Amino acid sequence: MHREGYGITEYLLFTAVTLVTLLVCVAAGSISVPLGETARIIWNAVFGSVKPDGTYASIILSVRLPRVICVALVGAALSVCGAAMQGLLRNPLADGSTLGVSSGASLGAVISIAFGITVPSLPFAGTTVLAIAFAFLSLIIILSLSYKLDFSLSTSTIILIGIIFSMFASSIISLVITFAGEKVGSITFWTMGSLSGSTYLNALVLSAVLAVCGGVLLGCGRELNAFAIGEDNARHIGVNVKKIKLTVLISVSALIGVCVSIGGTIGFVGLVTPHIVRMITGPNHRRLLPASMFGGAVLLMLCDLLARMLLRPLELPVGVVTSLIGAILFVYIFYTSRRSRR
Amino acid sequence: MSLLEVKNLSVRYGERTVVDDLSFSVNSGDWLMIVGPNGAGKTSVVNAVSQTVPSRGEVFFEGRNVKKIKPRQLAKSMGVLSQNHFVAYSFTVEDVIRLGRYPYSPRVFGSLSDGDREKISRAVEMTGMKPFLTKPVTALSGGELQRTFLAQVFAQDPRLLILDEPVNHLDLVYQKQTFELVQKWLSQEGRAVISVVHDLSLAKAYGTHALLMDRGRAVCMGRTADVLTNERLCGVYSMDVAAWMKKMLSQWQ
Repeated sequence: MHREGYGITEYLLFTAVTLVTLLVCVAAGSISVPLGETARIIWNAVFGSVKPDGTYASIILSVRLPRVICVALVGAALSVCGAAMQGLLRNPLADGSTLGVSSGASLGAVISIAFGITVPSLPFAGTTVLAIAFAFLSLIIILSLSYKLDFSLSTSTIILIGIIFSMFASSIISLVITFAGEKVGSITFWTMGSLSGSTYLNALVLSAVLAVCGGVLLGCGRELNAFAIGEDNARHIGVNVKKIKLTVLISVSALIGVCVSIGGTIGFVGLVTPHIVRMITGPNHRRLLPASMFGGAVLLMLCDLLARMLLRPLELPVGVVTSLIGAILFVYIFYTSRRSRR
Repeated sequence: MSLLEVKNLSVRYGERTVVDDLSFSVNSGDWLMIVGPNGAGKTSVVNAVSQTVPSRGEVFFEGRNVKKIKPRQLAKSMGVLSQNHFVAYSFTVEDVIRLGRYPYSPRVFGSLSDGDREKISRAVEMTGMKPFLTKPVTALSGGELQRTFLAQVFAQDPRLLILDEPVNHLDLVYQKQTFELVQKWLSQEGRAVISVVHDLSLAKAYGTHALLMDRGRAVCMGRTADVLTNERLCGVYSMDVAAWMKKMLSQWQ
């Protein structure tokens, strides 16, 4: 009987691939820095006694490293959310945004940008704080309405309420944009999704939320297997269906809320990564969830690199690149999987 | 003490009462067949007993109210085999069967103990699923899929097995296999089976007891031979059941 999860060797391999990708993405850009030099600067900044200086060090440590770390963390978070939601809802088209929480978070961010709302002690974090607050408010509204309609919190009720809520939030966003005046440009760029200008503080917030909520999702691997096989089957083998559903939905909402607040709407990563990973690891969530986490980090880092390099020195929003590549990949995956079934 | 005792069970969907004030008990060694025409409330009874749908009344397993038993503990007491399985992803047969040990393994990142592996091996051997272990369930026939879930519920090792029309759309070979496997499982001490069936011949052949239902109410409950009489069946099905069965049998003579 084979082992379900990964061993230490696989985790070391995943970490190595992620770190190498991170190094390449930090080194490459409109001004290319040699790989060895990039590694030396990062090593000295983390472990060295003297802080590195110079143009290269400034580019790497102040601009690229925080950005690429945030990109990796957002990619990991979106992908693990997508894998969890596809299992929980037994729907290969689900991802973190299915629940409607990301639309709620977007509404919060758009209101903040349009009306210049800031937090007194953290003037730079107004968008982030309002997006997270709206994400949680959305979750509370969606779950309360679902619970009122259907005591058992069936997945179909949650999806339906989520879609309706998404449409409602989108219409309010359009309304806000109508009155946004000269802020329309900033709002449009933000909704396309971009992680340029990310800071170490953003990375810290993302790491903390990913460690807690991502950890919770990884711990639900067997329960998500049971859900993916069938909700009734999950109940019959002893899964506390309502508790697990709430645990997964709350963890996903927290992750999506934080990701949207920092990077805007980045589409397709959460949808496509689990599909690519599933083709390699199979559908068992004990393998799929951690592999999606690492895979999503690598995929989004590469997409962000493309966004920076394609039209340099011009930079594309990463959300545009992920949607473009994601849509093509998704069609390819569906085409090949349908063909292999025949 | 009975293994299962059901008292004044009622199930309502909105304004509609589908099970009305039903009481019965099941002892170790019993195979209770729940029979009746469509809409009699048979599936709702087993769903209420397994806590899949909300109900009124009380269900006791070995004297304990099942509403107060935690899901994992309940799964160690009762296993359920449904009639339909639609698995969205290509899990292997082994993935599905090993989930039967879920209630016994540690809560987070739980791995299988030697005891779990032993139970799974025995379930796999009993159902003949060894050659299929690495196959994706999406590539199995209906009968093989049903045997996979039967192996899962055997690995779960419950005391009471609940079967909801387990052979509804299976061919004769799989019908025979499934019922013989369940009969073999039941031969071990301390176990009991409740199954919902439409085929009255199967109910007569394998059931030790029967519960005949009509429009949500129990018409009769007792030993199979006493319950499934032509007189009672004619009343419930509004046709001469024995004459129909004999006519069918005559096709083979």
